[in-house]
Amino acid sequence: MTTPSHRIEVTLESMIESVDLAEGIVMRICEAAGFTEEDSHKIGMSVREAVINAYHYGNREDRAKKILFTVELNAEKMTVRVLDQGPGFEVEEVPDPLSEENLLRTSGRGIFLMRAFMDEFVVNNPPTGGAELVMAKRLPVGGNGNLSGGGRDKES
Amino acid sequence: MTLHGTCRESGGVAIVDFSGKITLGEASAMVRNMIKELSANGQKKILLNLGDVDYIDSAGIGELVSAFTTVRNGGGELKLLNLTKRVVDLLQITRLYTVFDVQTEEWTAIHSFKP
Repeated sequence: MTTPSHRIEVTLESMIESVDLAEGIVMRICEAAGFTEEDSHKIGMSVREAVINAYHYGNREDRAKKILFTVELNAEKMTVRVLDQGPGFEVEEVPDPLSEENLLRTSGRGIFLMRAFMDEFVVNNPPTGGAELVMAKRLPVGGNGNLSGGGRDKES
Repeated sequence: MTLHGTCRESGGVAIVDFSGKITLGEASAMVRNMIKELSANGQKKILLNLGDVDYIDSAGIGELVSAFTTVRNGGGELKLLNLTKRVVDLLQITRLYTVFDVQTEEWTAIHSFKP
C-alpha cells in the first residue's frame, strides 16, 4: 500500500457552486502535478460529474447535507473521493447510456463519463451511509506526486 | 454566466451562436429557454453554432438532446455547427455524434435544411 504524499480534504455544501469549486481545486492540483491539459480536462470533468451526482442524486439538493471531497496524490496516481449523505446506490443498476433505448435520455451519462475519463472508478456504499465515488488517474511520466514534500491539508 | 448566446437569422434558419461552457445551472437553462422561445415563435429550422463552446458536461449534453427532441417532435430540425474537438470527442464516446446532424460550414448547413 502506498502512503499518500499529499491529501486535501474539503467539506462542500450541497449547492451548485460546489461543482465549480471542486473542479477548480482539482484543476489546480492537476497543473501542479504535471498532468497534460487533456488529462486535466478529463479529471476536472470527472470531478464535476461526481459532485453533480452527490449534490443532485445523492443529497437531493438538501442544504443540510454535506459532500466530502478528497484528493490524494502520491508518486503513482491522483485519487479523488466524493462522498455524499444520500441513500447510496448500486452502480450496476445504473442504465447504460449507450444502449439504443437510452440514447435520447436527457440524463444518466455522468457515471459513464467518469468511467471513460479515469483509469480507475468504483462506487462504495460505506456502512456509515451515503455513496462514495472513488476514481484515480495515473500520473504522467515525470509528474510531480509530492507537491509540497508531504503533509496534509484540511479545508472546509 | 459561463455561456453567451445570440440569435440571428439567415435563409429562414435561426442560427444561435453560443460561446463559453454549457454546464449544469444557468448555462443549460439558457439553452433550454432559447430553444423554447424559438419553438414558440414557430421556428422549425434551428442551427446551434458551438464553434466557441469548448466545454459541455453531462447536463449540457442532456440539454442538447432535449433541444433536439423538442424541435424534432414539433416537426422541425435542429443541427449543430462548428464543433470543437472536445465536443466532437464527447459526442462520439456518448454515441450521440450520429444522432445529431453535425455540420462544418454555415452556408452548407443552412442549405441542408428541408425546404
